[in-house]
Amino acid sequence: MPSPALVEIRDLNFTYDRRPVLQGINMVFPKGKLVAIMGLSGCGKTTLLRHIGGALKPAKGYVKVDGQVVHELDRDNLYAMRRKMGMLFQFGALFTDMSVYDNVAFQMREHTGLPEAIIHDLVLMKLHAVGLRGTHHLMPSELSGGMARRVALARTVALDPMLIMYDEPFAGLDPISLTVVGDLIRRLNDALGATSIIVTHDVQESLKIVDYVYFMANGVIEAEGTPDEIRASDKEFVHQFVHGEMDGPVPFHYPGGDYRQDLNLRGGHHAGS
Amino acid sequence: MPAVKAIKGIGHRTVNAVWRIGVAARFFLLTLTHSGSGFRRFHLIIKELFSTGVMSLIIIIVAGLFVGMVLGLQGYETLKRYGSESALGSMVALSLVRELGPVVAALLFASRAGSAMTAEIGLMKATEQISAMEMMAVNPIARIVAPRFWAGVISMPLLAALFSAVGVFGGYFVGVVQIGVDEGSFWSQMQSAVDFREDILNGVIKSFAFGIVVTVIALFEGYDAPPTAEGVSGATTRTVVTSSLAILMLDFILTAIMFRGN
Repeated sequence: MPSPALVEIRDLNFTYDRRPVLQGINMVFPKGKLVAIMGLSGCGKTTLLRHIGGALKPAKGYVKVDGQVVHELDRDNLYAMRRKMGMLFQFGALFTDMSVYDNVAFQMREHTGLPEAIIHDLVLMKLHAVGLRGTHHLMPSELSGGMARRVALARTVALDPMLIMYDEPFAGLDPISLTVVGDLIRRLNDALGATSIIVTHDVQESLKIVDYVYFMANGVIEAEGTPDEIRASDKEFVHQFVHGEMDGPVPFHYPGGDYRQDLNLRGGHHAGS
Repeated sequence: MPAVKAIKGIGHRTVNAVWRIGVAARFFLLTLTHSGSGFRRFHLIIKELFSTGVMSLIIIIVAGLFVGMVLGLQGYETLKRYGSESALGSMVALSLVRELGPVVAALLFASRAGSAMTAEIGLMKATEQISAMEMMAVNPIARIVAPRFWAGVISMPLLAALFSAVGVFGGYFVGVVQIGVDEGSFWSQMQSAVDFREDILNGVIKSFAFGIVVTVIALFEGYDAPPTAEGVSGATTRTVVTSSLAILMLDFILTAIMFRGN
């Protein structure tokens, strides 16, 4: 029997500055699963994530999280919902005026009445889980990119969220950090019994860890399936994306005017000559 | 037609400016309504008092000392013409507590603390720290803006008072120690000329008003800055320029109200 859905998106439409960004999106994220949303930069992936987090309101359709329509929630209920969510931002978004320890302790201090002694132990456990217990006294500026991302991951799961969202978690990481972060995402999802959504364009790393994939292009879902189905897909777009080919339905050139006219050429000769 | 285009441009800018003032007013109201939770996190206000108030002490003390010394020199030269050198103390003190203390301290505060606030909040926005806070169900207005606002409002009158006090000592040093004005008349004339309500209290009210204006402008510009390097630098410049002009305009209005008919 398939898992019940934690997040359900139905006929989601969003327009920015009269430009349609999302058009009729339908997605389901079952409980306990790790689902990737892939696509080229600017295809609407992050916009979709912001709808799930309640940062944007749709023009049409809805996002339901744990049975509640997100955009219909008032501020208090939205904040109550967000306490059950975690989000890892593209470059970590660690608070630069706080130490690693205080970053991870931030939500515990804000949302729980836990005594400092218990917060201390919890923070060290979370940092230990991402392999960075020894960095608790450092400031974010003293961390490498990969370490900052792992600390941010520890902060994201500080309150054991039911839903974890990752916005480009692999961007700018070296190959070792990339594998470490990918492995952590999978293990944390399973250990916490959470549901995870990864927005990424890193195909190879994502296909290794996720349960299901949605491919987006120009605000619509182009393809979906399990990692094996995606690898075996004969759809031109998916094939080009997965194998990183230059030729295919995704053009290399940004649309522009006539090349010859731009170079001021007429009949193979420069108009001025 | 160029004329129509120019009129359109002026209209567009005017509408934008009015719109921005409205957004800033709404931001100010939100800051006030979320101040309750800001005060519950009093340690944050203390932390911000350090970075806005304590870290501005050096510039305020040095500037106050030199302004007082210049006042002492200029005042002595002018008063000597009328044979009133003994009134130097009252001249220095009145100039400082009524005008120069609140105004110059506020201008320095805008350049030093206001610009730092704008840059810090602008960068927090550019690096998604504010979005991260919102996603963690923590209101950034209550957690980031309100403590900084109150720290600015508390710091400003204290810094202005310190500026005036140091300035008086600067005037004393030049007038009494260096030039040789009678020490007794310097202090006694000052004591009899400076009125607590008319001069000192009005000066405190001015610096309190400047504190509100400068801090709100600095916080709003940072919070509203486009999340780019260019956006943050532009917002920081706007903070200094807008705050400085607002201080001078507000100073005229407050002076006109306070000292009308005196």
